[in-house]
Amino acid sequence: FPGLADVSISQDIPVEGEITVPVGSHSPDEDYSTLDEPVRDTILRDLKAVGKKFIHVMYPRKSSALLRDWDLWGPLVLCVSLALMLQGGSADSKDDGGPQFAEVFVIIWFGAVVITLNSKLLGGTISFFQSLCVLGYCVLPLTVAMLVCRLVLLAGAGTISFIIRLIVVVAMFGWSTLASTAFLADSQPPNRKALVVYPIFLFYFVISWMILTFTPQ
Amino acid sequence: MAAPGTAGGGRSGGGPAAEWGGFEDNMQGGGSAVIDMENMDDTSGSSFEDMGEMHQRMKEEEEEEAEGEAGAGEEEDGEFLGMKGLRGQLGRQVADQMWQVGKRQASKAFSLYANIDILRPYFDVEPVQVRARLLESMVPVKMINFPQKIAGELYGPLMLVFTLVAILLHGMKTSDTIIREGTLMGTAIGTCFGYWLGVSSFMYFLAYLCNAQITMVQMLSLLGYGLFGHCITLFVTYNIHFHSLFYIFWLVVGGLSTLRMVAVLVSRTVGHTQRLILCGTLAALHMLFLLYLHFAYHKVVEGILDTLEGPNMPPFQRVARDVPIVSSAVLNTTAKAIALTL
Repeated sequence: FPGLADVSISQDIPVEGEITVPVGSHSPDEDYSTLDEPVRDTILRDLKAVGKKFIHVMYPRKSSALLRDWDLWGPLVLCVSLALMLQGGSADSKDDGGPQFAEVFVIIWFGAVVITLNSKLLGGTISFFQSLCVLGYCVLPLTVAMLVCRLVLLAGAGTISFIIRLIVVVAMFGWSTLASTAFLADSQPPNRKALVVYPIFLFYFVISWMILTFTPQ
Repeated sequence: MAAPGTAGGGRSGGGPAAEWGGFEDNMQGGGSAVIDMENMDDTSGSSFEDMGEMHQRMKEEEEEEAEGEAGAGEEEDGEFLGMKGLRGQLGRQVADQMWQVGKRQASKAFSLYANIDILRPYFDVEPVQVRARLLESMVPVKMINFPQKIAGELYGPLMLVFTLVAILLHGMKTSDTIIREGTLMGTAIGTCFGYWLGVSSFMYFLAYLCNAQITMVQMLSLLGYGLFGHCITLFVTYNIHFHSLFYIFWLVVGGLSTLRMVAVLVSRTVGHTQRLILCGTLAALHMLFLLYLHFAYHKVVEGILDTLEGPNMPPFQRVARDVPIVSSAVLNTTAKAIALTL
């Protein structure tokens, strides 16, 4: 390297400094404090977070609380309760309720994963788990619809009950789609919102269809 | 765990400089995670043996070099051997292990992100474009002497396949036959995706044989948009149940989308025999799939209904129906009334 032959460090420039990085003021004691608290506090804190998100879903305003601190407790609870309620229909037939539980579970989770991948591929700025969280929480209106349907079916299955159930399920389906759109569409470029909303519409449509066509035997 | 340990310990007589040099060479020889992904054998139980082997090989090379100098430095090394030898070997193994784990994690994360990014350009569409392509898929092109442009896009076809699955579920779901609900769902998804991916691959293979100018993504896109006709037909005929109505839709709607796909393929193929082979196969598979979707699922559920209730029900109601008996009765009578007035 002939060009570098005359490079030299002048004696004036000090080649020295502090090698130790000062420890941040955020001491590890703050992290450990949540380990020392009683279990009741931890559970209550998580439950409050889940409950706050449920309220956000029922009254969808453009807040980012659902997105910021995502958690999958709510979706899990909703998914399991929906799958359990959809299972009672075939308890008396030769087939056990196994496939229905697994089917609902698989549809919800794989559907949510597909929608998330789709929105990411279309250029969305939302992260994977945030999107799963939103889609899972927005199943809440449909779970309420399932509960109402079961109660209505206790009174008997007929044309009137079918009409009531149809109205309830359609209303809740609209609510779910609007709620999830309110959270997810903001993260997309503005001209592509329709491309993201359509799979969400299909997803909740399939779930609503399963709820509407459920009859216990 | 013990064997590479003792082997490493035995080789640590090469001197501390040689040990550290060996470690660095190993890092550089391994290369970056990107390049190494192809060579990485994930199926091996533990790559600890590989690390050990690599170390052994390198140690042997260095020992031959260091033997010349070893005579001079042996006395010094003799004192150091106890402490420094052990510590160096343990540190090296721990560092190797951590490096392996890190490399595996990095390559997994990389392959996950790489897979998403591979698909990204195929999803770069606007809603206007999707709508335009949906409508175009029903319009046969006239100019077959000039290769027609096919958009290599996967969003529209994927959404159409999912819509077809949803429509199939809507048609098959019944409350009287609650048996086999799980397998009906699995069959619906398997059928639709299997048709889209399988027939696309088969047609791509035929196109390769017949020297047609079409890529795999374009074939997937073409066939996917052809499913739009299927979706319309099935959506209408699952709600209004006349076999004659289905046949009209099958010919008109199915025929239009088939003609479009056939025309596009013909414009990209040279030679009469090749054109005939390609277009005949595509037309046959496309139309037969629609027939299959309409009749086979009815047969499945009709078979179940037969075993349950016997041939007591009148023919038109013997279809996979659900609580919307009300709505289907209304639609049926409306369609009958319209047919009578026409």
